[in-house]
Amino acid sequence: MKICVLVKEVPDAAVEKRIDPSTGRMDRSGEKNLNPYDTHAIEAAMQIREGGAVPVEEIVAVTMGPESAVRALHKAVSLGADRSVHLSDGAVAGSDVAATGYALAKTLGRENPDLVLLGQQSDDGECYTIGAVVAEHLGMPSLTQVIKMDVDAEALRCERQAEYGYDTVAIKLPAVISVGDAINEPRYPSLKAIMGAKKKPLDTVGIGDVEIDASKVGGENSAAHWVSAKAPPPKGAGEIIEDEDTNETVEKIVAWLDERKLI
Amino acid sequence: MANILVYALHYEGAINKNSLGAVSEGAKLAAQLGGEAHAILVGESVPQDLAASLGNYGAKKVLVAEGPEGLAQPVVDAMGKAIADGGYSYAIFGGGLLGFEIGAGLAARLGAGVAMEVTAVRAEGGELIAERPILGDSAISEIKYRSPVGIVIGRLNAFEIAQPSAEQAAVEQLSFELSPHARQATMVTRGEQRGADVDIEGADILVAGGRGLGKAEGFALCEELAGAFGNTAAVAATRAVVDAGWYPYAAQIGQTGKTVAPKLYLAAGISGAIQHKVGMQASENIVAINKDSNAPIFEFSDLGIVGDLNKILPKLTEAVKAKKAS
Repeated sequence: MKICVLVKEVPDAAVEKRIDPSTGRMDRSGEKNLNPYDTHAIEAAMQIREGGAVPVEEIVAVTMGPESAVRALHKAVSLGADRSVHLSDGAVAGSDVAATGYALAKTLGRENPDLVLLGQQSDDGECYTIGAVVAEHLGMPSLTQVIKMDVDAEALRCERQAEYGYDTVAIKLPAVISVGDAINEPRYPSLKAIMGAKKKPLDTVGIGDVEIDASKVGGENSAAHWVSAKAPPPKGAGEIIEDEDTNETVEKIVAWLDERKLI
Repeated sequence: MANILVYALHYEGAINKNSLGAVSEGAKLAAQLGGEAHAILVGESVPQDLAASLGNYGAKKVLVAEGPEGLAQPVVDAMGKAIADGGYSYAIFGGGLLGFEIGAGLAARLGAGVAMEVTAVRAEGGELIAERPILGDSAISEIKYRSPVGIVIGRLNAFEIAQPSAEQAAVEQLSFELSPHARQATMVTRGEQRGADVDIEGADILVAGGRGLGKAEGFALCEELAGAFGNTAAVAATRAVVDAGWYPYAAQIGQTGKTVAPKLYLAAGISGAIQHKVGMQASENIVAINKDSNAPIFEFSDLGIVGDLNKILPKLTEAVKAKKAS
């Protein structure tokens, strides 16, 4: 079995995110990291390999993004991927979710994976959706927010929470599965793995290499067009108490609740 | 002709509330665009009267397609066929997991633009503009569509359900082919309830616990505090801890759980992800206890306490008991 894991570079959680007023797009400068949700997808791939129910020949990390996205691939490799593929091309910059999914599907298509895994969401942008876009372009079945996955050579048995409770779905391979963060507890990379990550094969491709139609990608060709950004209606900031003396803190909470007749 | 096609999710003979909101919103927007809102139901022997009842919320016509329930890709096939037959400029989905999957798949199928987590839509100059909060709701982006069909996926509870009228919708059968990949997934069991059946929707006070409780046993702190408030209080939980098996699914707030609006919502060890926020932001008073001063929940709480819940909750429980007794 060959598993591809889609990963993404996102602004570090500690960086304050903002809109660049000159472009109306997200300002993606500042400290970056591997999307934390993606580490669950890599861990899921590793557990399939280590579980031994099916032999896993290769785990490949795949990303699309600027040059700096290499760091996310290094992190993915340090967590267990054997090699990585980086779609890096100015032509894809500013793509919306539909165009990004198309470009990733083309990049994945060349790898011919049996299973594509990704995290349930990115820390910074689109929610839940990229897996379904990729699956449609690849003509594969898909499921998102999977929290338990049993694998054999031809099929998956997946569990997830949906609108009315927990669903169990049987899916034939090849398939695209986005995993929820409850599926596992990602391991920490060893120092040796971190040091060795840069030596693992990294294939950098442009849109021509994976036969991406340039007229379908990039900000100008994206069908969902971000016209402007505005501030939300102002909301009075809540009161904040830093707990130093807990007896005092509790006294304040009780007074606050009492004032509002909540006790 | 700017007609709008609205996906309606149904389960065990009832239409999902978010879908009723989406039909209501679609009908309002279609009227502004000079077109009609139609709804589509996909399922196994969908009752005719259930389909017709969407007329109460403004759907002029309801397409009923025979197909497997609870999976996204068969609905992409059905909606793709309905849209290919012509006449639709927009497709709208209420908040919910399936809506995200179907909307995204449909966008790929049609080469259409898609906006998700949408909180408001308006008609302007004969087209729709979708508003989507971004960056932890600190800004709102406005999205227009360049494609012949635009796809709007609402945030949970974003679209208000209209006052139902007595109108009935015309019901039409839609025949469509399942695509090869839609045949690769089959539902084994659906809607399994895990854990005890608890009632949180009737509570005036909810003490909700998240991953910050550290372990399943941490919920004892929440239960003791709820107990101190008395019998109008109950304990709720986030998706993360329900998925982890710490607390019953019936107590879950948010995207794939319950939506609540109690008098007091006390969140312990909850970071406040959007998927949780959408299920509780209408609460009258929100109090949050979290050790991370950067937790998003402090952005929308009325009273935030930065500190260790293991120290604060037991003392708060004692203090509430003492106050009640006085």
